[in-house]
Amino acid sequence: MKTLVLVEHDNASVKDATLSTVTAAAKLGEVHLLVAGSGCAAVADEAAKIAGVGKVHLADDAAYEHQLAENVAPLVASLMESHDAFLAPATTTGKNIAPRVAAQLDVMQISDIIGIEGDKTFTRPIYAGNAIATVESSDTKLVITVRGTAFDKAAAEGGSGTVEAVSGPGDAGTSSFVGSEIAKSERPELTSAKVIVSGGRALKDADTFKEYIFPLADKLGAGVGASRAAVDAGYVPNDFQVGQTGKIVAPEVYIAIGISGAIQHLAGMKDSKTIIAINKDEDAPIFQVADIGLVADLFKAVPELTEKL
Amino acid sequence: MKILVPVKRVIDYNVKPRVKADGTGVDLANVKMSMNPFDEIAVEEALRIKEAGKAEEVVAVSVGPAKAQETLRTALAMGADRAILVQTDDEVEPLAVAKILKAIVEAETPGLVILGKQAIDDDSNQTGQMLAALLGRPQGTFANTVEVDGDSVIVKREIDGGLETVKLTMPAIVTTDLRLNEPRYASLPNIMKAKSKPLDTKTPADYGVDTAPRLKTLKVAEPPVRQAGVKVADVDELVAKIKALGIA
Ligand SMILES: Cc1cc2nc3c(=O)[nH]c(=O)nc-3n(C[C@H](O)[C@H](O)[C@H](O)COP(=O)(O)OP(=O)(O)OC[C@H]3O[C@@H](n4cnc5c(N)ncnc54)[C@H](O)[C@@H]3O)c2cc1C
Ligand SMILES: Nc1ncnc2c1ncn2[C@@H]1O[C@H](COP(=O)(O)O)[C@@H](O)[C@H]1O
Repeated sequence: MKTLVLVEHDNASVKDATLSTVTAAAKLGEVHLLVAGSGCAAVADEAAKIAGVGKVHLADDAAYEHQLAENVAPLVASLMESHDAFLAPATTTGKNIAPRVAAQLDVMQISDIIGIEGDKTFTRPIYAGNAIATVESSDTKLVITVRGTAFDKAAAEGGSGTVEAVSGPGDAGTSSFVGSEIAKSERPELTSAKVIVSGGRALKDADTFKEYIFPLADKLGAGVGASRAAVDAGYVPNDFQVGQTGKIVAPEVYIAIGISGAIQHLAGMKDSKTIIAINKDEDAPIFQVADIGLVADLFKAVPELTEKL
Repeated sequence: MKILVPVKRVIDYNVKPRVKADGTGVDLANVKMSMNPFDEIAVEEALRIKEAGKAEEVVAVSVGPAKAQETLRTALAMGADRAILVQTDDEVEPLAVAKILKAIVEAETPGLVILGKQAIDDDSNQTGQMLAALLGRPQGTFANTVEVDGDSVIVKREIDGGLETVKLTMPAIVTTDLRLNEPRYASLPNIMKAKSKPLDTKTPADYGVDTAPRLKTLKVAEPPVRQAGVKVADVDELVAKIKALGIA
């Protein structure tokens, strides 16, 4: 089978999410990549070095600069004439583009796969991960999004793919990019962090969140996450949200502080290797999944912990 | 301008789903069902646009069993003007839902279709994008704010790195994220009033859509369960455990 993987990038470098998608694609067959962007030749060169990669299709055009789905999906659809499966990481970029490709090809997308059981058979979580479905596709082409935590990352080096320029229909003329607010952070990105410290509603407000969670995270070199309640209340921006409808993470260690452990939150972190919870309510559901639990007032325990580490 | 809002009847988000013993699916017998939470946000947004004088009519539509009428009545009680039930007892996949919605859009010609970003049962996160593709129209997915501006709509989107703003030429498709708004509760008088609002019933065949599934579910299983671990007595003990993990 010939697969086409959407490379996640910012026109400068390849994002990590690409690597686990490459691993999933390699289980299906030959791996080709698509780099769609503007002024992104360096991304294609970097992508060609990913282990196991054959061809890298480079679509370098102003129309693809911000990866607007309206412009990228027709490009992917045209490349799918010579590929059997399209795989994208289940990131906000992948989730935006892949279903559009699927509809154009008249195939039913298989979202957020966590396992590959055969050429057309996949496992995927449903109902916030409270059930795992095994599904078999009857479509002739496959369109898939891949959950990053479920597949190892392919090695970023060691491959010897060839870069080939391609062009697509260009600008569909129905949408345009206006701007973005991307916070720069020194901390590790949530989806690739080895350790994550997450805070919940108990953190009261943005300043308190900062005061209690950030120093502990910095001490551990950890990424910072949050529950929906903490995001909704404006303690931290939306991209901190871990859960069914936020980011899916599986670090070595996940520390949940003042988070109750609603099923929607657990859906995003219960595959972490070790879960630590600090909560003042000994019956909080988070303790049912925590490997190590401390029943305590976070406002006392967290500063003491930060200090003693 | 008219706004179309597709709403799905799903298991209530407070209920913990149970996998059926025979592995064929999730047990929905005697389980509380509600409107998909993201769709409540979609209805609310449509109503706010109407209340701001930028739309004249809000039409709710659901594809599902006869009971999905209840979901539509909820949308009507919130303030939608009329509803369409596309009735079927089959499970309809996002691709087929999108095809049905496409036919409805062609008949109703709304300026905006506002959907949820994700149904909390199948967790597909596809239908809005598919509808946009089938119509050849632009999409503003995972919306954090929506602003109708003449014949364009400006959508601020929640993305992995933060926020992104796009401008779409209408007609356009929007899918909602959690921070877009806080949906209203229907008042008792409005619940009563909703009972007499128009609700049309159709079938997928009326729109010429074949709903045969493309994905065959071979099995539905429980995920591996995590065992609760130990509780430590104090911070010192926690420090020791964390050090033993080798991360500090
Ligand atoms: C459609 C939908 C999607 C959702 N998606 C997500 C998602 O992706 N991610 C997500 O997280 N949630 C999601 N939710 C929300 C979820 O249902 C919960 O409401 C949310 O996770 C609760 O956040 P919390 O644990 O911070 O707050 P709460 O449930 O209020 O818990 C706060 C906890 O802090 C503890 N506490 C209070 N004070 C202290 C103190 N001084 N010291 C120690 N502990 C203290 C309390 O005992 C309590 O357990 C979603 C909900 C819906 C409807
Ligand atoms: N059967 C349905 N009836 C009405 N709307 C639906 C249906 N299925 C999906 N939708 C809409 O599409 C959105 C995304 O669903 P999904 O792609 O299944 O995650 C939902 O939030 C609804 O707005």
